[in-house]
Amino acid sequence: MTRSFLEVSRLSVRFGPDAPLVLNNIDLKIEKGQYVAVIGHSGCGKSTLLNVVAGLLPATLGGVLLEGSEVTEPGPDRAVVFQNHSLLPWLTVYENVKLAVDRTVGRKMKRAERHDWTMENLALVRMEGHAQKRPGEISGGMKQRVGIARALCMRPKVLLLDEPFGALDALTRAHLQDQVMAIHARLGTTVMMITHDVDEAVLLSDRIVMMTNGPNATIGEILDVDLPRPRDRLALASEPQFLAARESVLRFLHERHALPAAA
Amino acid sequence: MNAITQSKITATAPLTTPATTTTSKPSAFKRRVNETLGVVVPPLLVVAALFLLWEWLCSGPGATLPPPTRVWSDAKDLILNPFYDRGGLDKGLGLHLAASLQRVAVGFALAVVAGVGLGMLVGSSRLAMRGLDPIFQVLRTVPPLAWLPLSLAAFREAQPSAIFVIFITAVWPIIINTAVGVRNVPADYRNVARVIRLRPHEWFLRIVVPAAAPYIFTGLRIGVGLSWLAIIAAEMLIGGVGIGFFIWDAWNASNLSDIIVALTYVGLVGFVLDRIMAFAGRAVTRGTTEQ
Repeated sequence: MTRSFLEVSRLSVRFGPDAPLVLNNIDLKIEKGQYVAVIGHSGCGKSTLLNVVAGLLPATLGGVLLEGSEVTEPGPDRAVVFQNHSLLPWLTVYENVKLAVDRTVGRKMKRAERHDWTMENLALVRMEGHAQKRPGEISGGMKQRVGIARALCMRPKVLLLDEPFGALDALTRAHLQDQVMAIHARLGTTVMMITHDVDEAVLLSDRIVMMTNGPNATIGEILDVDLPRPRDRLALASEPQFLAARESVLRFLHERHALPAAA
Repeated sequence: MNAITQSKITATAPLTTPATTTTSKPSAFKRRVNETLGVVVPPLLVVAALFLLWEWLCSGPGATLPPPTRVWSDAKDLILNPFYDRGGLDKGLGLHLAASLQRVAVGFALAVVAGVGLGMLVGSSRLAMRGLDPIFQVLRTVPPLAWLPLSLAAFREAQPSAIFVIFITAVWPIIINTAVGVRNVPADYRNVARVIRLRPHEWFLRIVVPAAAPYIFTGLRIGVGLSWLAIIAAEMLIGGVGIGFFIWDAWNASNLSDIIVALTYVGLVGFVLDRIMAFAGRAVTRGTTEQ
């Protein structure tokens, strides 16, 4: 049996000995360079899954393997972009990224190299012009871009995105999605993204993991999205394959696994 | 902040249209003067009204307190010359205040060191919190002056006893606010620190201290206010040079005018201390609270 790059194997999670299972028997294999979206209704435990992969939460049963070694704690090889950006407000944009550079890949770099690497990552998300601003002085989309730069600067094996665009308006969100697609094309990073946006999942991913409703949530279906890259949101808007993928995710979420309250 | 930028914009707007350049400058100046007057005039009017009321109430034949005019004629020397020194306790109010402020400075500085340290401990360790918090909650309700006899017995000298009273008064709000600040470091920051594997001392210095700074400064501000309240009372009892004893001495000599002047100074110094702490807090925590 060949090992996959990132493997979630028979993973179950509960918070406390008497609590119900949040996640039940999750099996997921992600290959190197793949962009995988995890989609589901709120409360289905998709963020819990991401946190276990990140090492921020312990697995109750089963576990996560990255390149064959078990994930037991958080680390820079699994960089997380948090939903609410989590930038440190007392540091400038530059200092926020620099802190991550200094504590991770920068430990073996010279001073000037660390600076250059920080600026290079800020340039990747086109934030080099705002390097000296504080998080309080920039927009929500810009903060999220800095969050992405901070994650990428650690040269992660897997980039974990926890609903990264959830708090943004539709136009800013589209803009950031395009940037993330470009970065993924350029760096070839393996990405696991949590989302509740069907269009976002289909546009960005190679595979879409659809979760059933919690508690006891598990993987309901996995959809391969074979659309050629680079993808263009305008061209795809009328592309039959895109629409078909979109429809099957929508059917999963709103027909077979609609929230009980909505039914 | 908003008001200032707004006025700047409206004030510079006429510059773009020619021929008004000469009139725009005085108008900007005028605007600033008007703004300042708007802030300064109302309290001055209220003070003037209070003085008139006080004069009217205390001018009658049966008045127990001196009216402002009497205060001025009695204590003119005290008001106009705050730094005279005729030896012993016969000093200007400025020197008495300096002595009191010195005690507060020493006691408060000790309270800051101990309070921030203990607060960090209680805030970051569950065990320390369980052990220490109940004790703090009981001790902090003991009125400051109740400590004085005990500290006099322990130190056998007035100066360290007064400093101890300041310390014990100021330390509780600093401990409690620091602990709350440390406990309230957002979980997201903790996750960020775990992902980049910050070492414990880095986590503490680069995340906990700046995140808790606004809370710490709230504690310092409350602490310095309480210190100033406590020192006056403590000095009344311990004697020596100091504004508290000055007031008590004036009362024993029935110099009511002196007491009134001293109270004014006490109020002004307390106000300045509070403003200094608020300013320091804003300067240090710039940017940390806006999000």
